[in-house]
Amino acid sequence: MAKVVFTPNIQRHVLCPNAEAPGRTVREVLENIFLENSQARSYVLDDQSGLRKHMTIFLDGRMIRDRARLGDTVTETSTIYVLQALSGG
Amino acid sequence: MSDTLLVSTRKGLFTVLRKRGAWAISAVDFLGDNISVTLADERDGRRYAALDHGHFGVKLHRSTATGWEEITAPTYPPKPEGYEETDMWGRPLDWSTARIWALESGGADEPGVIWCGTLPGGLFRSSDHGQSWEMMRALWDHPKRKQWSGGGADLPGLHSICVDPRNSQRVWVAVSTGGIWFTEDGGASWTQRGEGMRAEYAPPESTHDPVAQDVHRLVQCPAAPQRMWVQHHNGIFVSSDEGRTFTEVTDVEPSSFGFAVVVHPREPDTAWFIPEIKDEKRIPREGKLVVTRTRDGGKSFDILTNGLPQSHAYDVVYRHALALDLDGNGLAFGSTTGGLWVSEDQGESWVCVTHTLPPVYAVQFV
Repeated sequence: MAKVVFTPNIQRHVLCPNAEAPGRTVREVLENIFLENSQARSYVLDDQSGLRKHMTIFLDGRMIRDRARLGDTVTETSTIYVLQALSGG
Repeated sequence: MSDTLLVSTRKGLFTVLRKRGAWAISAVDFLGDNISVTLADERDGRRYAALDHGHFGVKLHRSTATGWEEITAPTYPPKPEGYEETDMWGRPLDWSTARIWALESGGADEPGVIWCGTLPGGLFRSSDHGQSWEMMRALWDHPKRKQWSGGGADLPGLHSICVDPRNSQRVWVAVSTGGIWFTEDGGASWTQRGEGMRAEYAPPESTHDPVAQDVHRLVQCPAAPQRMWVQHHNGIFVSSDEGRTFTEVTDVEPSSFGFAVVVHPREPDTAWFIPEIKDEKRIPREGKLVVTRTRDGGKSFDILTNGLPQSHAYDVVYRHALALDLDGNGLAFGSTTGGLWVSEDQGESWVCVTHTLPPVYAVQFV
C-alpha cells in the first residue's frame, strides 16, 4: 500500500496522520484515505475534486502535473507527500 | 445601544465589548486566520465565521455553547463534462468557492435560513443553520451572469444580500461587478434591477447597462424597504422604488467614492458613508479620515470628524467594515490599517478603540 504524508501545517485545522492506503493512482489512494477522514478532503481538494490551487503533491519525489484527475500511477512502495505550494506564500 | 462588536480581520475574529462606558477587545478567536466576514444571527444568537485558509481553502464555522465548530462551507456544483467557461482574463473559470463575501440571515419567519454570497459570484441558501447549502442555480445559470467581472478582485463577488422584511421570498443581491439582482420567489428566478446607475469609466454603450455597474455595497432601510442606498464605484446612488431605478447623488464633499454605506433602520433618508479619493488612489482626501452623513435623502451631507484623525490618516474602510446598530445610534468602522472607531451618537463624535488591529474586513454589532 502507498504511504501518504500530510504537511504538518494542515494538522492545526484537521488531524491528518500519516497513513497507508491502497490504490492504483494518486486519486484512488487519497479517496481511500478520505473515506476515513472526510473533513480532510476539502482541505486538499477543491469543489471540483481537483487539487487546491496552492497545494502540491509529490509522488516518489516528483511533483505531479495531473492536478485535475490525480491520475499518476502509484505502486505498492510509493510515497505521496501532500504539501502547500510555495505559490501560496 | 448594542455593547458588542464582532470585528473580522486578516488575522482573527475580535470581540469588542463596551464595559463601564469604554470599548475594549475582550476576546480573539481564530487568531492568525483570515476571517472574510462574520454573521451574528439575531434570531437565535448563533454566530457564523467565514475563514479563508489560503492553501486549504474557504471554511465556515458556527458558534456552539462552548466555542466553535466547523460546518460545511458552500461548494459549487460539478462543472458539466466538456463545459468550457473563461473568466474576464480568458482563463478557465473555476467553479469553486474562492471567498465567502456575504452572510445574511433569512427572514424572521424562516428560522435557520442563511444566505451566503461568494466569489466567483455564486449565491447559496441554507435552511438548516448552515449545515447544508443549496446553490441558487437560476442566478448562476442566468445568461447575463457570464457578463459579470471582477471588481477589485480577479473574480466577480456577490457581497450584498437584502431580504425584504415584509416578505422573505423577496431578496436583492449585488455583485461587484454585475449590478443588482432581484428575486420574488425565494431564488427560483431572478431579474436585473438598477436602472439609472452610471459607470462613467465604461465605454459609452455600456455606461448605463445595469449589468456593468460596480456596486460596492447595497443596503435597504428595514422600516421603508422601498428605499435602497448604493455606494458605487462611480459614486452614491439612491432608490425609492425597491431598486428598480436609482438617482445619482452628486456634489458630495469631500468625495462620493468609497466602499461602505449604512442606512438608519427607521429613517430612510439618513445614511452614512466613508469617502476616499477616487479611485486610483483610494485614501482619505488630504489624509483626513471623515464620515459623511445625509439626513435628507442625499440633498446635503454633514462631514463628521470629531475624534477621527485629521492628519496623515490613510485608512481605507472596506464595504462590510462600517456597521450601524439596531437602534440607529451606534456606529463602528474598522480600517485596512488596523484602526477601529466607535460612535454612540450617530457619528457626531468618535472614539478610537485601537489602531493596531490586523487589516479589518468586516464589522458587525451584536
